[in-house]
Amino acid sequence: MKHDHYDAVVIGAGHNGLVTACYLQRAGLKVLVLERNSYIGGATTSISKYEDFTYSNCSYVCSLFRQEIARDLELYKFGMQVIPYNGGAQIIKNEDGSHDMLGAYWHADANRRDLERLSKRDANAYDRLNRDIMRQCEFIKPLLMRTPPDPTSFKPRDLMELLYLGKRFYGLGKERMLETIRFYTMSAADYLNEYLENDALKSYVAGGATVGTALGVYSPGTAYVLLHHAMGDIDGTVGAWGFARGGMGAISKALNDSFIASGGEVRVNAGVSKFIVERGKVKGMQLEDGEVIDADLVVSGMDVRRTFNAVDPNELPAWVVERVKNFRFRGSSAKINIALDGVPKFHGVPDGSPCLTGDIHISQSMEELETAYDDWKAGRWSDKPYLDMLIPSLIDPTMTPEGKHWMSIFIQYCPYEPAEGGWTEARRQAFGQHIVNRIAEFSPDFTEKMLHMELRTPKDIETEVGLTEGNIFQGELTMDQLIFNRPIPGYAQYRSPIKGLYMCGSSTHPGGGVMGAPGANAAREVLLDLGRRN
Amino acid sequence: MKTNTNNNQRPLIERPIQETAFYPSYKHLIQNDNYEEWSGYTALASFACEGQEYFAVRNTCGVYDICPMIKYDISGPDAERFMNRLVTRDVSKMLPERVVYAVWCNDNGHVIEDGTVFRYSATDFRLCCAERQLEWLEDSSIGYDVSIADVTEEIAGLAVQGPVSCRILKKMGFTGVENLKPFQLATFPLHGYDVVISRTGFTGDLGYELWIDVKNASDLWESLFSAGKPHGILMMGSEALEMLRIEAGLMLVNAEFMSCFQTVRLNRDRTPFELGLDWLVDFNKGHFIGRRALLKVSMKGLSRKLVGIDIDWNKQADGALIYDSKDASKQIGEVTSALWSPILKQNIALAYLDAPYFDGGKEMWAEVYLHRECMWERKMYKCRVAQRPFYSPDRRRLTPPNDM
Repeated sequence: MKHDHYDAVVIGAGHNGLVTACYLQRAGLKVLVLERNSYIGGATTSISKYEDFTYSNCSYVCSLFRQEIARDLELYKFGMQVIPYNGGAQIIKNEDGSHDMLGAYWHADANRRDLERLSKRDANAYDRLNRDIMRQCEFIKPLLMRTPPDPTSFKPRDLMELLYLGKRFYGLGKERMLETIRFYTMSAADYLNEYLENDALKSYVAGGATVGTALGVYSPGTAYVLLHHAMGDIDGTVGAWGFARGGMGAISKALNDSFIASGGEVRVNAGVSKFIVERGKVKGMQLEDGEVIDADLVVSGMDVRRTFNAVDPNELPAWVVERVKNFRFRGSSAKINIALDGVPKFHGVPDGSPCLTGDIHISQSMEELETAYDDWKAGRWSDKPYLDMLIPSLIDPTMTPEGKHWMSIFIQYCPYEPAEGGWTEARRQAFGQHIVNRIAEFSPDFTEKMLHMELRTPKDIETEVGLTEGNIFQGELTMDQLIFNRPIPGYAQYRSPIKGLYMCGSSTHPGGGVMGAPGANAAREVLLDLGRRN
Repeated sequence: MKTNTNNNQRPLIERPIQETAFYPSYKHLIQNDNYEEWSGYTALASFACEGQEYFAVRNTCGVYDICPMIKYDISGPDAERFMNRLVTRDVSKMLPERVVYAVWCNDNGHVIEDGTVFRYSATDFRLCCAERQLEWLEDSSIGYDVSIADVTEEIAGLAVQGPVSCRILKKMGFTGVENLKPFQLATFPLHGYDVVISRTGFTGDLGYELWIDVKNASDLWESLFSAGKPHGILMMGSEALEMLRIEAGLMLVNAEFMSCFQTVRLNRDRTPFELGLDWLVDFNKGHFIGRRALLKVSMKGLSRKLVGIDIDWNKQADGALIYDSKDASKQIGEVTSALWSPILKQNIALAYLDAPYFDGGKEMWAEVYLHRECMWERKMYKCRVAQRPFYSPDRRRLTPPNDM
């Protein structure tokens, strides 16, 4: 029987898979993208779940997406537009039960004046903290779009790349070298304690250090996670975050349309059951419905575990199988999207405050954040979780009917498998209700404004999106799983032990977030092996 | 651990920028809406005509609102010890009621800022600067018996500068103000409140700075301007001040250097030596922050230094790169601030030059881009190292000043 044949097949129409597909197609290959779901986007989707409301169902804000990719693939032509948001509010519950707000503003002096009410010292120290994080960004940013070197290799390319890394590092000078080494090993809490005294401000900043990571603010290594969320930029404004107009799905749609426009082909409802490998080389794949597709090479956008689960272990070195099994996913985040009949009020937030267009937080202290982690360790959802709440429809007019809004709620921590038993429907609903109740403590009219709720536990994220254990980064962002350790030492250059099988998902360097860098880097490596330049 | 208590009712910050205490008094003089922001306050780049405002300081009296200056009160038994640790010069030599210009560094000997230190008594100092740095002052005072308070919002200041400034102040009733020597301060009564007057300024001319409680701002301003009106007193904006300070050869943070607290890129930090502030560094006074690093640096030659230069012709050399030859083969420096000086009729600038060019005597060319009628023209002009200050009239130093 004759099978369809492609030069390259990309598995998964998530943002990274589509980025890789775009680059390969534009380099002249015949490329097919296979997507298991009935829709494209992976975790970068905007699927309507309720009337005329559109949510960003999983990922919800954008900062890390590499502008060079947007430019190469002409994404503006296909409707991608990222609008930076300003603002942000940390709601503070005072001891007497009254509420206050620490606001974030577009203007540095408004920020400073608001902070000065809580701590004059912190108002100054916050600038120094941001400068030091910027210094770390300056160091790491150029590495995002580069393939990590293999530190044990003597290949000229690896040596050159190591030399590049070394030169950059030694170029920092003694003081910043020491700062950098400390930074990469510190906990977010210890790092922030060196600068700040006010707990509300600290917890506002520290929340970002726990996102998608089953670690607490006092766990060593979490300072890096802070950086991972600060190193993006929008048009050169480092650390800025924005909304994709029309929802995050607009990004995958633009990638998809750019791919199609350059002659690519996407098939949905086409899950891969296994890769066909002969004599150590990939030959194609068999789909869940039994169809076989031939391909000269395969690039998997799935996470590292799902990728290798689709390979007969007989074809893999035992240590690779072992490493893949041990790669840490540990899903710890949940997502809730809520349709709202108007903008909810929040205690302590004055009417008309511009701060609501940014991220809203209600965590009160570092201790509360750490306790939230303790709950997760015991296999429970956090009683007082870290919530990252945004109302994109305050900026984006395309997502809700006039006067209505939607809120994106990111929840850290929620267990992949509750200790008291699996995720039953009743338990899912109880979790959703718990989060709503928690928000209602800070928002008097939240419950009555709710029209619809979409709920995703880590288990749901795994089932629907295909991310193992629901880890939003396709694996935790800790030093042992970053750079040349990502996803496994020796295979950090987007290749695998199987000839012709590559990886392009967030399991590879530089990791998760709607960044596109793993996809672009993987495409570069594929084309290098083919002797082509993109 | 501090708790999140706050008694203030949360204000809605509608406008990030505040008005200074004097703003309501001089608002009616603003003619061209040439606003700018300074440290979170509304400031004026010019009120009407920057040339006129500049000449007020060289000819009559120009007044500049310095409320946005950052002011820290540093008091306590260890205040002198702490100040001596903070800044590079020896403040133990300062008598009470004196002011000095000072620079302070981090432990690497990189400049945090320059500013003025006011000494009110044996145990009371005020640090006056342009950038906020409370956390640094607090951190570096650990182990010292001092209290540090940011009084920026409580103290209002006016710079009263120019040849007739002393006469106007005398007319206001500040008897004896003429006896203030440069960098001396004294407290004078006015309408039942205290006015601290220091003979200081940023213009290189005769001038004073008046410091009061913000609540007396409108009274002081009215008194000053009714006394000064017959003498040509004029409010001025930062454009005029920029001209004046360049003529005076004075450096400005964020123009000549960036605070090491704000630099992100490498090689943007500066030592006092690179800024030509060797005379402010006193290695004999004992320990101070950055001493060890600066000692090490002082053993080595400088690779670059901030100097004054004088450029041929009359085209202001903003942002010019400086080369070793007319064909621009090797860049040896760059201009940080430039001015066609109306009083000197000279084309002056502050510039960084590499060694050995900063010692002078070598051929140098400035590459100046001129935007003339919507076309860019590139010009090469010869330039040379010049003495700073470029302009320094005798009245700046005389006590009592010539009453003219």
